[in-house]
Amino acid sequence: MAETIVPVGEEPSAEATHLRHHFASPEQQMDAATLGMWTFLITEVLFFGGMFASYAVYRNIYPEAFASTSQYMNVILGGTNTAVLICSSLTMALSVRAAQLSQRKPLIWFLILTMIFGSIFLVIKGFEYHDKWVEGLVPGLHWGGYPEHPEFAHHAQILFFLYFCMTGMHALHMVVGLGLLTYLLVQGVRRVFHASYFAPVEMIGLYWHFVDIVWIFLFPLLYLIGHRR
Amino acid sequence: MTGHSHIPKVGTLVAVWAALVVLTGVTSAVSYIEMGEFNIIVALLIAVTKASLVVWIFMGVRFTTSLTKLFVVAGLVWLSILILLTYSDYSSRNWTYQAQPWSQGPGNGPATK
Repeated sequence: MAETIVPVGEEPSAEATHLRHHFASPEQQMDAATLGMWTFLITEVLFFGGMFASYAVYRNIYPEAFASTSQYMNVILGGTNTAVLICSSLTMALSVRAAQLSQRKPLIWFLILTMIFGSIFLVIKGFEYHDKWVEGLVPGLHWGGYPEHPEFAHHAQILFFLYFCMTGMHALHMVVGLGLLTYLLVQGVRRVFHASYFAPVEMIGLYWHFVDIVWIFLFPLLYLIGHRR
Repeated sequence: MTGHSHIPKVGTLVAVWAALVVLTGVTSAVSYIEMGEFNIIVALLIAVTKASLVVWIFMGVRFTTSLTKLFVVAGLVWLSILILLTYSDYSSRNWTYQAQPWSQGPGNGPATK
């Protein structure tokens, strides 16, 4: 494999910047990549937006049934996961910064930290899913009849269905993100990234932050609203 | 064209992280106070603030091209169309229909009683 570390003070070669022939400069290539990534993220925003819209509609139609579900949400675990994701966003931002500064070891360690935080999130999520299963709160597969509020047994299932759809799709995005981070880690170890070429780190960073933002909205909507009742 | 080369300061990133952690604590604490309709408003305001911090600093939209900023705003406009129009439709469906003098009944507009 070609050695791509750029000596200080020298103009990086086209090979080192991975400049494709249809771009005029590495800067233009980077701007195009950023715009393309944001276009993809907007489709993701609208994909999750559909689920948020159905959440809003059904909460408006069945407010009492939805409020009754909050007591089954574990605010401690949800809050911990929010903090874990925020920490992973910080280490992701620091990974991008390390790549921009050609700091290989910090890049590798911040990527590993990000993956650890992401894995902690998924493990906690797994415990929450397990609790839901044990309590019989999985509509369709393991529904216990909602004995505390039998009058809401039908409509509360809509919220738990939305809960599993939204957190499940979010968790799936986390798994994909962990795969992408693994790719970054391998490339980082192989010295691919440096001050003149860090687009993959930055683009996957954008994706990771987006997944964090989805959770920033899921946490208050699913865990916090109505839980004191 | 210049935004790609901006390197954020560690202090800025850590400050944003601290703000996000504090806001998570605030939104959790405030949710234990009974405020009726204002609970969801406060929760969403804090969530929007947190998301804005992530988008503006962590995702570096602040230093991107105007075209990228336009795309981000366009995405939010489309998201608001999706949620607001859907929500206003469903939340107004059971409003009672009042027959007006110019209503003509079945076959020509909504049925009158």
